Amino acid sequence: MPNFIDRRLNPKDKSLSNRQRFLRRARAQLKNVINRSVKDRSIADVDGRQVISVPTKGIGEPKFHHSSKGGKRDQVLTGNKEFSAGDKLSKPKGGAGGGAGKEAADGGEGTDEFQFTLSREEFLELFFEDLELPDLVKTSLKEVIAFKPRRAGYTVSGAPTNINVLRTMRNSYGRRIALHRPKQKDLDAIAAQIESLERDPRPEDTARIAELRAELVRLERKRKVVPFIDPLDIRFNRFEREALPNTKAVMFCLMDVSGSMGEREKELAKRFFILLHLFLKRRYDRIDIVFIRHTHEAQEVDEDTFFYSRETGGTVVSTALEEMLRVVQERYPTQEWNIYAAQASDGDNFSGDSEKCVRMLDEVIMPLCQYYAYVEILDEREADIFKSSDNGTALWRAYREAGQTWGNFQAKRIARPGDIYPVFRELFAKQNQGAAAPDKASA
Amino acid sequence: MARKSGKRKNAFLFEGSEWSFDTLSRTYDAIEKIAVEDLGLEVYPNQIEIISAEQMLDAYSSIGMPLMYRHWSFGKHFVREEKLYRKGARGLAYELVINSDPCISYHMEENSMAMQALVTAHAAFGHNHFFKNNYLFRQWTDAGAVLDYMEFAKGFIAKCEERHGFAAVEEILDAAHALMDHGVFRYRRTPRGGPGKEKARARERQEYEERTFNDLWRTLPNPKGGIDASEAELTIAERKKKLRLPEENLLYFLEKNSPILDSWQRELLHIVRKIAQYFYPQKQTKVMNEGCATFVHYYIVNELYDQGLITEGAMLEILHSHSSVVFQPAFDDQRYNGINPYALGFEMMQDIRRICTEPSEEDREWLPEIAGNGDWRGTLRDAWANHRDESFILQYLSPHLIRKMRLFVLSDNEKDDHYTVASIHDERGYDSVRRTISRNFDLGALEPNIQVVDLDLRGDRRLCLEHTVRDGIALAGKSRDEVLKHIARLWGYEVSLRGVDNLTGETVYKTSTEDSQAAA
Repeated sequence: MPNFIDRRLNPKDKSLSNRQRFLRRARAQLKNVINRSVKDRSIADVDGRQVISVPTKGIGEPKFHHSSKGGKRDQVLTGNKEFSAGDKLSKPKGGAGGGAGKEAADGGEGTDEFQFTLSREEFLELFFEDLELPDLVKTSLKEVIAFKPRRAGYTVSGAPTNINVLRTMRNSYGRRIALHRPKQKDLDAIAAQIESLERDPRPEDTARIAELRAELVRLERKRKVVPFIDPLDIRFNRFEREALPNTKAVMFCLMDVSGSMGEREKELAKRFFILLHLFLKRRYDRIDIVFIRHTHEAQEVDEDTFFYSRETGGTVVSTALEEMLRVVQERYPTQEWNIYAAQASDGDNFSGDSEKCVRMLDEVIMPLCQYYAYVEILDEREADIFKSSDNGTALWRAYREAGQTWGNFQAKRIARPGDIYPVFRELFAKQNQGAAAPDKASA
Repeated sequence: MARKSGKRKNAFLFEGSEWSFDTLSRTYDAIEKIAVEDLGLEVYPNQIEIISAEQMLDAYSSIGMPLMYRHWSFGKHFVREEKLYRKGARGLAYELVINSDPCISYHMEENSMAMQALVTAHAAFGHNHFFKNNYLFRQWTDAGAVLDYMEFAKGFIAKCEERHGFAAVEEILDAAHALMDHGVFRYRRTPRGGPGKEKARARERQEYEERTFNDLWRTLPNPKGGIDASEAELTIAERKKKLRLPEENLLYFLEKNSPILDSWQRELLHIVRKIAQYFYPQKQTKVMNEGCATFVHYYIVNELYDQGLITEGAMLEILHSHSSVVFQPAFDDQRYNGINPYALGFEMMQDIRRICTEPSEEDREWLPEIAGNGDWRGTLRDAWANHRDESFILQYLSPHLIRKMRLFVLSDNEKDDHYTVASIHDERGYDSVRRTISRNFDLGALEPNIQVVDLDLRGDRRLCLEHTVRDGIALAGKSRDEVLKHIARLWGYEVSLRGVDNLTGETVYKTSTEDSQAAA
């Protein structure tokens, strides 16, 4: 009789720490791939499952092995059909016989890419790396849905801390009454009676005393059989995990696409949008994204066009705000939707238009929005010049004014990915303190 | 399920495809009876563990050991295997068996009951018997101690990671893994040391150092590589003799002689070397080991069927699986990927049985020792115990089988612009086919022969390696240079490698870590 062991219930993920070691090893390559994927993927699914190809460089395992080419070698093959000894077969052009290329790859020589899938956590970890997010924010972004325990009646099993004393005692009381559990008072009375009879012994009482004693024993045994609290009585408070009220949000991405916005600027803007999207995804069940690009006129476009098509023309920022307002009125009634807006630009604006923008913000847009974030993307060289936030383009100065009036308006100038996070600091800070921005719709 | 076996004369051991521990153990008993009483197998006690697909992947990626230390390369293999599996490109093995005492075999939970019967016969008896009886395993591996040793190794490496950091441990392990194939003794047996001893030795070494640590010593000028100055006067021949050169076990040499390694680093090399040595017999007996196991399961399930213990449905399922395992496509088939060791091994075992019982004239001529001796069980057991692939094929491959598999030798010479069919399955070719295929399975010929030949302790402490080039087959260049770098990391000084032709003694190529640095 052999020893059978069922290992199926052993802890899983035995190789998890090997995987972590492997990811650490391939870090540099992974990082490249992630940066590329930020460029290639759409905002909404940037944190989905990631199939990653890593070049074998850096994760190869070299060994001494024979080269697959050259020299003289004899090989036995199977399934001879028509050859006889001495036959000559011409060599295929370019390389030795079949199978050799594959072997070389296994030995770490090949150039084939090594493919595998990153989990959402692993991907986000790498994605966050140069955004300089605080850990608290990282964990809160990685968490998919937040649950809150809510009281939901009673249950017969649970942790001792959750015992509901009232319910338990009520059950106990009911059971004691139903089963006629003798009260301490009755016992005491009988004991007292026996005592008084014994103090003054009379022969005719002997039988009575014996009877009382038997009664006392019987009652005491019954008290033991019917306990004060039986496991049957115990009730626990039951909690249900309730998802936090997530509702719908719409995120407006506004971007200046005039000629001055280059590849680098657009990529930074994309990261900015992705971060906001990640945040919203965590808070809301459903998120719509509206892309509005503008030059001297604005239009709603799809994501591809938004990031990759080029437009020429002047720059009138207020057109984008008007377009946004139109979309909100048409499709996103504020009692159902939480509205978030993110705007990216290089700061150029048609003269006099900035004032109009601020007026629009003040009067119509800000009252509709949960949060409005504006980033002005600077050249890295300019970053030093514009250190002080007071000077800058007309649009910047105008927006700073709005920022002072409205608490949920943020404006920031960024030159590197690390600068993006502070724009949202307010947003995340509120979240972490638990005083989330008021949701306009509750269900 | 509660049907008693033996109630009916022909009660089946199981019906349907679902298995339970009840049917497993009943089937095991029936199989054991045939294996021990009929085939005369001698096995370690069995421990059969049921695992899930994910656990099988785990075991796969840590070179089949149930206990393994942590290293990124295992994570990499896991990721690769998992992807192939999920894509359906590759099925998982039905079982995995470990050469240990008790012999542990892993069975996949998703196998049907028929498959469980097959793998029980295959692993728990076929492989198990082979592990216990083959001379290579008896000589080179210590089945009783391997799991304890792995436990020690895992703990030791985890402790090193804590003490010295991941990166430092990884650096040594990477280098050691690169030399794993060259970390085995091919001829002499390492002195035996139990697992408890290993641990005690490592601990003692450490404790001694801690006790005798004196910071003052650090301020003294370094002695030359820890070897006496008088050594410098020794002639080259004496020096080689003292260092026991040439040495083919590179890991052993570095562990004992590297001037720069700390004791824990030497211990890591020791661990990797021990594991390499443990797996060395398995690499040399692929055909025999699988042939033995396949033959055993084939015989046993047929016997079960003949005794009316398994249903026709189960038998068909088993045969389907069996025939895909021993499938050998012809060389011009798309699926051809070399000679399938299962197929060759199984055919040879069947052939030996045929020769023992119904020999032809030809067999009597070629294999006079066994032809017609009638005792095929004893003959096979004897072959399993005393051969490795190379010698087994050389000894037992019969002309009958060469014809059956239509084997032929294709000769490829770099100088010619064509391949030559050197021999085929005819009277003139048998011997050459047999010798060539035996060499194709000879690990000594498959793996490059590289040895430490000299080191210059007086000069720049360069480590000189020599690669014996046979038939003009060089090493793959890129990985060669990478491995040299790893050796240099363990040795601490430059390393050079010289390729020497085995017949003429001429230097074919020369390279060193300096060269590859200059090139890069």
